[in-house]
Formats: sequence, structure tokens, C-alpha cells
Amino acid sequence: MDSSLFFNITTIAYFAAMVVFIVYLTSKNEAIAFGATLICWAGFIANTVAIGMRWYEAYALGYQQAPLSNLYESVVFFAWSILLIYLLFDLKYKQRAIGAFVIPFAFAGMIWAQWSLDATIAPLVPALQSNWLTYHVITCFLGYAAFALACGVSFMYLIKVGKEERSAEESPIGGLLGMFPSTKVLDDLNYKAIMVGFPMLTLGIITGAAWANYAWGTYWSWDPKETWSLIVWFIYAAFLHARFTRGWVGRRAAWLSIFGFGATIFCYLGVNLVLSGLHSYGGS
Amino acid sequence: MSKQQSFTDQLWDFFCSLKLAIITLILLALTSIIGTVIQQNKSPQEYMEMYGWSESTFKLLDSLQFFDMYHSYWFLSLLGIFAVNLICCSIKRLPRIIKVVREPVLKADDGLFRTFSNREEILAQGTVESVRDKVVAVLGEKFANPVVNGEDGKSYLFAQKGAYSRFGVYVTHTSILIIFVGAMIGNVWGFKAFVNITEGQSVNAIWLRGDKVPTPIDFEVRNDDFKVEFYEGGGRPKEYSSDLVVLENGQEVMKKTIEVNHPLTYKGLTFYQSSYGVAGDPIYRFRVENRATGDAVTIMGAQGRHLSLPGGKALIPMGYAENYQNFGPAAQVNIDKGDHQHGTPFLVFKNFPQFDERRGGDYKVTLLDVQQTYYTGLQVAKDPGVWVVWLGCLLLVVGSCGAFFLSHRRIWVTIQPLEQGVGVKIGGNAHRNQPAFALFFDELKKDLDDALSS
Repeated sequence: MDSSLFFNITTIAYFAAMVVFIVYLTSKNEAIAFGATLICWAGFIANTVAIGMRWYEAYALGYQQAPLSNLYESVVFFAWSILLIYLLFDLKYKQRAIGAFVIPFAFAGMIWAQWSLDATIAPLVPALQSNWLTYHVITCFLGYAAFALACGVSFMYLIKVGKEERSAEESPIGGLLGMFPSTKVLDDLNYKAIMVGFPMLTLGIITGAAWANYAWGTYWSWDPKETWSLIVWFIYAAFLHARFTRGWVGRRAAWLSIFGFGATIFCYLGVNLVLSGLHSYGGS
Repeated sequence: MSKQQSFTDQLWDFFCSLKLAIITLILLALTSIIGTVIQQNKSPQEYMEMYGWSESTFKLLDSLQFFDMYHSYWFLSLLGIFAVNLICCSIKRLPRIIKVVREPVLKADDGLFRTFSNREEILAQGTVESVRDKVVAVLGEKFANPVVNGEDGKSYLFAQKGAYSRFGVYVTHTSILIIFVGAMIGNVWGFKAFVNITEGQSVNAIWLRGDKVPTPIDFEVRNDDFKVEFYEGGGRPKEYSSDLVVLENGQEVMKKTIEVNHPLTYKGLTFYQSSYGVAGDPIYRFRVENRATGDAVTIMGAQGRHLSLPGGKALIPMGYAENYQNFGPAAQVNIDKGDHQHGTPFLVFKNFPQFDERRGGDYKVTLLDVQQTYYTGLQVAKDPGVWVVWLGCLLLVVGSCGAFFLSHRRIWVTIQPLEQGVGVKIGGNAHRNQPAFALFFDELKKDLDDALSS
């Protein structure tokens, strides 16, 4: 029994949860939603066990490193973070339908990692051997995960608000959208998720800067990765301030949140795959 | 009012506006992309080769300062506007917030009650005083001890929690300004430099970035040893380390082995392990056996030298690899036949002494060891502003958590005699997270109902 078995279980669980959530939207049966949530918990536990075992496996190879050392490990950790944030939001706000729009991000991450990323456990190069790596990665990914949730919720908002406007005169919306939370709740959840993600991203940037300063004597060097994290920070800072301005709630806020997550994904993957810089895990 | 005045007013309002903040943030986000797409601070030749630009394109982009855009006038101006915006917003709004926190409205009138989305009226029995004491007790237990005022036979209660969370936003804004100040201090009084120190040698000067002559420092740094370790079974480096010694007036004052991620700091200067390289030619030691006689000698010498062998011939070490195709240290040598004609070069391995057996020839050569002198490449930095930056970062985190997760909650109660008994009017608000406050308010209503009906 090794970590890859549990990673497989995780992927299957996230896929199943995604499907069951969609069934829930069509069937409107709360019991099905509860089932989907249980599958999420099972997947999350499998994901946690898998990461823990991988940690142990690296240790057994003689590498004292947290399982956050390459692209594969970061993607499965991203999936884990998304589930963590989603489940916390589920416990607090109990809006089951959003699972159908958030779990796909985690599933996409897992399936990508398992199909096409190199899962070899490789030792860290000297520059990455630091506890700062752990703090930096965890804070960044919790932030990214909250932004993923905000993005999923924003999609729901845009779908629902569009339908509502078209069928304003008719009876309440039925079909799939009937199970969506109200647009007001969706808008609020978008804001709440970004309120969680923003301080996490801030901490992620700060821990990165602190680490860079400790390792090289420069806390900021306008490296593309640093710059993109700042771009993401600017976008969400604009989002938070836009909330206080008339006309920037609702649809525009949803779009800003989706743009923000697009920038987040570019910061996470695009910078490594397209641009060059210090964060080389995505390079060939 | 003069026209001048209204212009300054307009300017002031412009710099205070939230719209400016949003636009500046979005502009900063968009323009920052440029410097991630165009590599920064390369030479003109590199740009024209890398991107295939014509000279005119290059000149245009250069005049826009796109090649060092994060230090360009327009980008710094944008940051300047951002800072001014932050300052103006705070100056404009802070006095009002201080007033809200320090001089709260203690007596709510009907006008104020109408503004509350959370309000309730309860009819109680007893006297104003007895009802007031019960309400005070419930508030004190469930929320916060209220300030009690009486007037015209009525009683006014005010209680609040989390008033200081109102300052979270301003702490956050100030923290960004503090980070800017820290960065400026670093830019003015700090520097980045580098220095290479060969093993066994010491330096008392460093090279500032961009300078052609070294800058002296008032102590000496000696490199006693440099080591590079590799992970087993591969060329992946595990650790670079340098044994550094700091000397003042020839006296050792500090000793530390630095590694990547573990620098040495002395007198405000920090030395970071950053690179390494070979210094000078390696010194080789070989054991050479004459196949015919079986006599063996040990010879030693530098690369390129003719190392005499008994019988007039000479061995010439030509090159060295630390880890030749995963077979470990290897030297390339050839044997001069005595007529200054080089023989065919061949490889000998330290870890495989028998390897040369199969080659044939007059001699069997074994590599005993190679001593390669390294230099360690150190980055040197001095940044007196860094602690200011960390202070700003700390405040940024504390302030934004306060601003996002805490809220200022206030409750007003008016108790007055009515014909049927004693009227209790309760109202309250929170400056953030209203749904949670609404839930809390419902609970409080129930508690008050229970207390007053008993």
C-alpha cells in the first residue's frame, strides 16, 4: 500500500462527488446532496492520508522534506486545499449546490496530476531546503483555494442572474437553477471567500518575501512569479474596495472574481510554463 | 468662494476617492504584466536577439522605460498616486471614525432607532429602575457592560464591542505606507554586492552591483573551506557550504559555516552562499607502475605539467571531471614518449584503479586523488530598511484580519414608562457581517424576553 493508491481513491472520490452533486441539482433531493458531501469528506481524508504517506515515503528515501517539492505535489496539495476550504464553507453556510461548481476544480487538478505529471519523489535542491517553503506554499494555496471557491460561486451567480433577468415575469426559476442559492447569497459567498483568500495570499507573499530575504538578501526582486502574485493581490484588493462602491456588486464583482482566479492560475502555472524565473518546478 | 478653492476641493476629493483607488489598483495590475513578459535589465543586443526587434522598436520601448519598468518614472508615479490616495483617504475618514469610537451616541432617539435593521420593542412590568437593572444584567452577561444614562424618568443604555476593529482598515493602509518607507530606506542606505573568495584566502572589499572597483569594508572575511555535496546516485547537488571566518585586525571574531538558506551576518552586512567555481588548476596525484619491471612511483603535479616518469617519459594531466558519467572522479591524461610528442589521451578513474589495466602500453596509471581549489561566490547585502518592511507586513496582516473578521457591534436600549407598563426599545447594528449580528440579536431578544417576563 502506498500513497499512489490513496491518490487514486482521492481522484475517484472527487469525480464521484462532482457527479452526485450534479445529480442533486437535477433531482433536488437533499439526501443526495448529503451523500455527495460525505463523498467529499471521504475524498478529503484519502487526499490527506495520501499526502501524509508521500511525506513518509520521502523520509524513507532519506529526504527530509515536506511533500510540497514539485509540480505534482503542489497540484495534489492544491486539490486538498480546495476541499478544505469548500468543506469549511459547507459546514458554516450549508449551501450544498456550490459543490457542483467547486469540486470540479479539485477533480481537474487531481486528474491532471495523475495523468501527466511526474510523480517521482526527487530531493530538493539547496535553494528550496528551508522551512519557509512549507509556510509559503501552505498560505499561498489556501489563498488560491479560497479564490477557486469564489470563482465557482461567481459562475453560479452569472448563470443564475442571467436566467432570472430573462424570466423576470414568469414564476420562480425551476430546473437546475432551482437548487442554486439566491443571487444575494452567491454574491455574499463570493465576497466571504475572497475575504478568506486575500489575507492568505497576503501572508503567502510575505512569507515568500521573508524567505527570499533570508536566502538571498532581497525580499523583492520583481521576478515574474512575485510580480504575478502582486497582480493577483491588486485584483482582489480592487475587488474588496469595489464592494464599497455602488454598481460594483453583483455581476461586475462576479466577473472580477473570475478574472482574479484566472490571474491566480496564471500566477501558479502560467508563469512557470510560459515565462522564466525563480520558481522552476514547472520547467522542463 | 474663489475658483481656486473649488479646484483644490476637487483635487482633494479626487485623491480621496475610492474610484481612484480601484482604478490605480487595476492599472498597477495591468502594467505590472509588461515586466513579466519582457525580461528586465538586459543589454540592447540581447533584446534584439531574444525578441527579434528592429532598432526602432527597441528605441521606442526603451523610451517608455519598459526594460526597467518597475523603476520607471511612470510606474513609480503610479505607486506614488497609490500612496497619496491611501494617505488622503485616511486623513479624510479617520477623524470621523475616531469620533464614532471615542464619543459614541449614548442616547438613541427615535430617529436613530428607525435606522436600525435590528430592533425590537418589549413591554415589561415593574418600574423603570427594576427593568433597567434586568436589562443591564442581560447585556453585561451576553454582550458587554452598558453605559447607563437617565433623563426625564427614562433610562438610556449603550453597549458596544469591537470598537477598535474600525481601525483595521487604517492599520492596513498605514502598513502599506510603512512598507514603502522601508523599501525607500533600503534603496537609499542599503546596497547589494558580491564577492568571490578562494579557499584559504581572505578579502576586505566587496563589489557593489554595477561598480567596476571594489568597495572596502572594515573587516576581513576568510574562506577556510568550500564544500559541495551531491545526493547519492546522481549529480543533483545536495548542499553547498563555506566555512567563513570574520577577522578584525587579524583577530578571529566570528566563525560560521554558511549554506544556501543559512547566511552569516556581521556588522549589518549579510553574506549569502550564492555560487561557486574552480580557482586555478587542480593538483593531481597518480600512481604509475611500469609494466615491464613492476616498479611503481607516486607522482604529483598541476594540470598541463610534464610529470617525469622513470625512464625519461612523462605523464601529462590534461583535465579533470568531478563525476564523469556517474563513475566518480576521473582525469584525462596522456604520456609523452620523451620526444615531446603527445600520446593518445586516455581516462583514469579514482574509484576504479584497475581500469587502466586493459589499455596496454608501458605504464599502468592509477588516479590517487585530485585537489581542486574552489572559490565561493557570496552575495552581500545591507538593508537597514528591512525591519521597517517586516513591521509593515506584520501590521498588514493584523490590520487586514481585523478589518475582515472583526466588526464593531453596538446596542442601544431605551427604557421608558408607558401606560401599560414599562416600554423597552432595543436596537443595534454592526459595521460588518450583518447576518451574524442579526442571529446574535435574535438570541439577545429571547434572553431579554425571558429575563423581563420572569
